[in-house]
Amino acid sequence: MAATTLVTVLIPTLLRPYVDGRSEVSMNLPGPGDVSSLLDSLGEGRPLLEQRIREETGALRRYVNIYVDGEDVRRLDGLGTAVPAGATVMIIQSVAGG
Amino acid sequence: MQTPGTTVLAIGTKKGLWLASSPDRETWTLSEPKFLMEEIPSVGIDTRGGRTRLFAGRMSWHFGPCIAHSDDLGETWTEPQEGSLRFGADEGVSLERIWQIQPDAEHRPGVVWAGCQPISVWKSTDHGETFELNRGLWDHPHRSEWGAGFGGAAAHTVLPSPADETLHVAMSTGGVYRSDDGGTSWQPRNKGISAYFMPDPNPEFGQCVHKVARDAVDPDRLFAQNHHGVYTSTDRGDSWQSIAEGLPADFGFVMLAHPHRSGTAWVIPLKADGERIPPDGHLQVHRTDDGGATWEACDAGLPQAEYNAVLRDAACVDTAETPGVYFGTRGGTVYASADEGRTFREVARNLPDVLSVRAAVVPA
Repeated sequence: MAATTLVTVLIPTLLRPYVDGRSEVSMNLPGPGDVSSLLDSLGEGRPLLEQRIREETGALRRYVNIYVDGEDVRRLDGLGTAVPAGATVMIIQSVAGG
Repeated sequence: MQTPGTTVLAIGTKKGLWLASSPDRETWTLSEPKFLMEEIPSVGIDTRGGRTRLFAGRMSWHFGPCIAHSDDLGETWTEPQEGSLRFGADEGVSLERIWQIQPDAEHRPGVVWAGCQPISVWKSTDHGETFELNRGLWDHPHRSEWGAGFGGAAAHTVLPSPADETLHVAMSTGGVYRSDDGGTSWQPRNKGISAYFMPDPNPEFGQCVHKVARDAVDPDRLFAQNHHGVYTSTDRGDSWQSIAEGLPADFGFVMLAHPHRSGTAWVIPLKADGERIPPDGHLQVHRTDDGGATWEACDAGLPQAEYNAVLRDAACVDTAETPGVYFGTRGGTVYASADEGRTFREVARNLPDVLSVRAAVVPA
């Protein structure tokens, strides 16, 4: 049986309507993965949530930030950043707008 | 909930959507904001088929654009689970903004058009639930040469003809294109419209047309407000003639046509490209009743001094027997006229920049 990776995803207030109002989602990923595969799993059955995080091209939206265990994935390997077992993944809207 | 006969005014701003309603178009009640902190560059009201569907083209700076619709006059809003309007992964681009939501004619009740950024036109055949990219325009050989106005590279005007399969779009900056076959193929239709900012001021395409309106009685007659220049066409856009004489300025964003009477149109001039305020700070709506031969200045009820611009979709007419005229400024004031634009009264003030307004009488 393949090992699974348990991670916790923290959801910002504006996106909680897409996860039944929850502030965090615990997910069992099928083995070691990266941010991209985590978002694939998170977006499964939740296409509107997926669309608000990534563009049609698959790119992370410019003003959406993702942190894996406190590290900004844009300073690591972007959507290819590894997500280890037990990680806490934060999705946060950046400081922008006026 | 409004009663039949109520006029509903949807006001899209830079920080949310407000709805105003009035039993007589004189006194107005303003709602609390919807979609607070999202830009609403486009709104639509579809009253075909005996029901009222509101549309909001939303744009969250964080979470992107989408179209939502409401069938209860804005109380609740719906977005299809898969999203209503999305580029395919193969296109290599992402939707940036919905600039126009345009219900088609009465006899095509399920059809709704959307004009978007990047420059693209989309068609819905299910009352605006889902939209399909118009391949004819998207694959047009000119597309790589279309430019971006200051606001972005957008198809901001979609004008289906009630008479036949003719469809016009206007884009910044590509000019006017026409399809004679319902959107399968497209040809530029800018002869006579100046593009003073280009080396050749009379190119086949590339004009910065700000807004186009279609005459309700004579669908071959069009009116255009250009980036400097006000024009009309009587041959479906094959050729354009200037009708700017008599106006205080030929710059502006707004062009409205009367919903029932031929030859009547309204513009709201701004002084110039480099001075985007009402001429001398004097906000006036200008109206023609003779196809642009002469213009009448209308400012009753408008402020003596107003330095904010009125953007391209921040003005509209309703379809009442004596139509109302509505517009909002970038300073967040919204005005309504119940007498075809001759006198105005304030509907709201101190809203965020008004980007889009649409009004309709809710059918009984």
